[in-house]
Amino acid sequence: MNFLSLFVLIPLLMLIALVPCKTLKQIRPVATIGSLALLITSVVLVVLYLAERQAGNTAEMLFTADLLWYAPLNIHYAVGVDGVSVAMLLLSSIIVITGVFASWKMEKLAKEFFMWLILLAMGVFGFFITIDLFTMFMFYEIALIPMYLLIGVWGTGRKEYSAMKLTLMLMGGSAFLMVGLLGIYYNSVDAGGMYTFNIIEISKHVIPIEAQRLFFPLTFVGFGVLGAMFPFHTWSPDGHASAPTAVSMLHAGVLMKLGGYGCYRIAIYLMPEAAQEQAWIFLILTGISVVYGAFGAVVQKDLKYINAYSSVSHCGLVLFAILMMNQTAMTGAILQMLSHGLMTALFFALIGMIYGRTHTRNIDELNGLMKIMPFLSVCYVIAGLASLGLPGLSGFIAEMTIFVGSFQHPDTFHRVFTIIACSSIVITAVYILRVVGKILYGEVENKEFLELDDAKWHEKIAVVGLIVSIAALGSYPLWISDMISDSLSPIVAKLINL
Amino acid sequence: MDLTALLVMRQEFSLLAIIVILLIYDLFASEKGKSYFHFTGCLLFLAHTVMGFFPIPYGELFGGMYNNIPIANLVKSILNVGIFIVLLQSYGKLKKEDSLFKRGEYFVLMLSTLFGMYLMISSGNFLTFYLGLEIASLPMATLIAFDKYKNNSAEAGAKYVLSAALSSGILLFGLSFLYAGSGTMYFTDFTPSLVHTPFCLIGFVFFVTGMFFKISMVPFHLWTADVYEGAPTGITAYMSVISKGSAVFVLTVLLYKVFAPFVTQWQNILWWVIVVTITVGNLFALRQDNLKRFLAFSSISQAGYIMLGIMGSGQQGMTATIYFILVYIFSNLAAFGVIAAVENASGKVKISDYNGLYSTNPKLSLLMMFALFSLGGIPPLAGFFSKFFIFTAAASQGYYGLVLIALINTIISLYYYLLPVKAMFINKNDQPIEEFQSDNYSRLASVICLVGLVILGLASYFYEYIGSLSFGM
Repeated sequence: MNFLSLFVLIPLLMLIALVPCKTLKQIRPVATIGSLALLITSVVLVVLYLAERQAGNTAEMLFTADLLWYAPLNIHYAVGVDGVSVAMLLLSSIIVITGVFASWKMEKLAKEFFMWLILLAMGVFGFFITIDLFTMFMFYEIALIPMYLLIGVWGTGRKEYSAMKLTLMLMGGSAFLMVGLLGIYYNSVDAGGMYTFNIIEISKHVIPIEAQRLFFPLTFVGFGVLGAMFPFHTWSPDGHASAPTAVSMLHAGVLMKLGGYGCYRIAIYLMPEAAQEQAWIFLILTGISVVYGAFGAVVQKDLKYINAYSSVSHCGLVLFAILMMNQTAMTGAILQMLSHGLMTALFFALIGMIYGRTHTRNIDELNGLMKIMPFLSVCYVIAGLASLGLPGLSGFIAEMTIFVGSFQHPDTFHRVFTIIACSSIVITAVYILRVVGKILYGEVENKEFLELDDAKWHEKIAVVGLIVSIAALGSYPLWISDMISDSLSPIVAKLINL
Repeated sequence: MDLTALLVMRQEFSLLAIIVILLIYDLFASEKGKSYFHFTGCLLFLAHTVMGFFPIPYGELFGGMYNNIPIANLVKSILNVGIFIVLLQSYGKLKKEDSLFKRGEYFVLMLSTLFGMYLMISSGNFLTFYLGLEIASLPMATLIAFDKYKNNSAEAGAKYVLSAALSSGILLFGLSFLYAGSGTMYFTDFTPSLVHTPFCLIGFVFFVTGMFFKISMVPFHLWTADVYEGAPTGITAYMSVISKGSAVFVLTVLLYKVFAPFVTQWQNILWWVIVVTITVGNLFALRQDNLKRFLAFSSISQAGYIMLGIMGSGQQGMTATIYFILVYIFSNLAAFGVIAAVENASGKVKISDYNGLYSTNPKLSLLMMFALFSLGGIPPLAGFFSKFFIFTAAASQGYYGLVLIALINTIISLYYYLLPVKAMFINKNDQPIEEFQSDNYSRLASVICLVGLVILGLASYFYEYIGSLSFGM
């Protein structure tokens, strides 16, 4: 058994351990110990991975293991990681543990809540460790379905509508995706001459261009729905706004990254020729996402909606950069996934904490929070600054890399779209500063708010953990960007050699 | 004639023995002695089921009228497992005052239909096939009208008899054409002598139409919802999985082997029928409030998915089809088990009655959720795997468009499968169905279903074993 499987086994053990639990006091240690174990495993994985690369191991995927599952269809449980998946696993484990601390006070049906949350995490981790399309698709679906109940039961506002909309739209995406995967499968061949789901095996052979033209858009759109690509982004604002705090964190922070990761690892990597041909269509769509999302955030009044639209904008930037298809821009895309994951999780955590105290998320009803809850307010400012790309925090590194990479294309089309996408930075500043000014500063108009207290210890752990990660990524990005960049080389080499 | 040759029919004989034993038991035992009737019946059938998994000689009998092939025997065993679960789930219904005195008939009739299905599955001639089909459908009508004092049960029975007779008539009419065109009724001689004339083709179309009636494919589905609603819940469960499963299997064998020369024609027919079946089944299921009607329409659309496997037209296609049937038996029976338990305890069958069920009966709600998720194809439950393999089989023949249509339909189906889940977990209710304890029989059935839902997908053994016995065109 390969140690990467721990990422699936630990959540499984957590689920089993939660079954006999009855009170919140019993659930908390299980959730904390389990998510801590996941964090430790992912940190160990980063260290081992870097050590292995230092030692000169240049294999595309490290720590691979392979277990034949369905022999007639050549389906394997195959795991392996490269720099990108290592980074994503680290991100996921950080968000999971902070999510656990953010839902420390979960009163309603706590056991069920944590079980679904952990099942969601299991799907996410499983998705990032596998290199077999079938297993990957399975984990992808495992990650999607808990959202329905998590939003439907524990959500706020129009939760039933949002839960159903989110589930159906994402499942709709996976319907397209599945046809794409089957198309890839029946155009693949492995060493033994059989069809295969193994990504590395598939990438060794060129899929016929006619098939690529058909299945690339299906696969890309399938993942693009989860990546909130325009016009399939509409689930995102409703879903995020209705979800409970930890779920918003996990969903915006990690689950949406599955979309970007899949677009690059499956759609572009396996079908590069069609990707080159059709990239312009999706560049236009993602370009719209970037700008439209940002403008959407400007006019919203609900804090969660503002952040959800900003997620659409930032995730659009991820897909936008992936479609630029050069090493710098794609490295930026992965960095943006990390940065956005941490940042948006921080935002949702803070919004959840503020909402838990004031019971409103409407920015017209909130004022002067800096006087009442200085800790949370300062953290909100930091999150905002990271979001608008202040140097020293993670957002700057990611966006800088993306725009530098995108501008490397000499033709007008790419440059014009880069400039358009760049304009989103300005709009981001508008909505971030507007919110900060409106809710944090000024007089406290609602006197009832004066009674409210500041962050509790468990909330501080969650928030500080995320801020430290953002600052670490922002001030010392080299090791992680090198790790990502090296892993992108095979894909970029494939794209250049076309 | 060497009597050991009859061992080929061992499954049929042991089933017949059980029927006779139960008939005598029911006739001669005292009222007190009959309190063990359900237990005895289940135990005997369990023994029969277990025995079915032991090696059995394969071969022909009666000059090729009867033909036991490995995959047919496996399908019989799968049906046995399904019936065993149904019998366990029926305990709650049969112990009630108004049906207690009829439990003997319930068992005997149900096992008789199974006997008919056995014959149909193992037939080597259109006559045995038709005989089996009729033995399977006539006792079914009496079972549907089991609650004869309830209006809708009697009505459902009558509807079933009429539509079954009509479909048999159409099927026989087609058979007569085919006989006239080929001059034989034996499957083995039939295929080579089948000629591509419009005459034979019309016969074929009539024949499959009759079969589509049995499987309730659109546009021959109109009897389904009423009959499913009126029949006792156990019988509805039985019809939706066992009858359908056996008919689908026979159709697969016939299309692959006997009607192989018509492959382009039947693939064209099936393409359209599948699209219409899945879509209509799904759209009608959206608006149902009665859970039995709801599952009736869901089973229509599921029949469309099963047919998708047949489109696979190879060994992979047959494997996926049978595997889908197997998983479908477990998922649907789990759902019907919950419905039967709730109906017996409270008499309620509407989705809106299930509001807030999780707060009073968490275990049943979870089982129902698993069953619905499996029907909707959510991993890691077995339904995900069976759906995936069905689509893989259809895509292997290049039917990507069909697969896409079917997949878009799964989104619709997911919507309505989530409705009962929403009712149980999310909706509030001041007076939810009260907490109740189900009997041990249905608990055992639930456990078997749950284990099946989890194991069948995650363990690849079942799929591979079915695959090792399947054959292509």
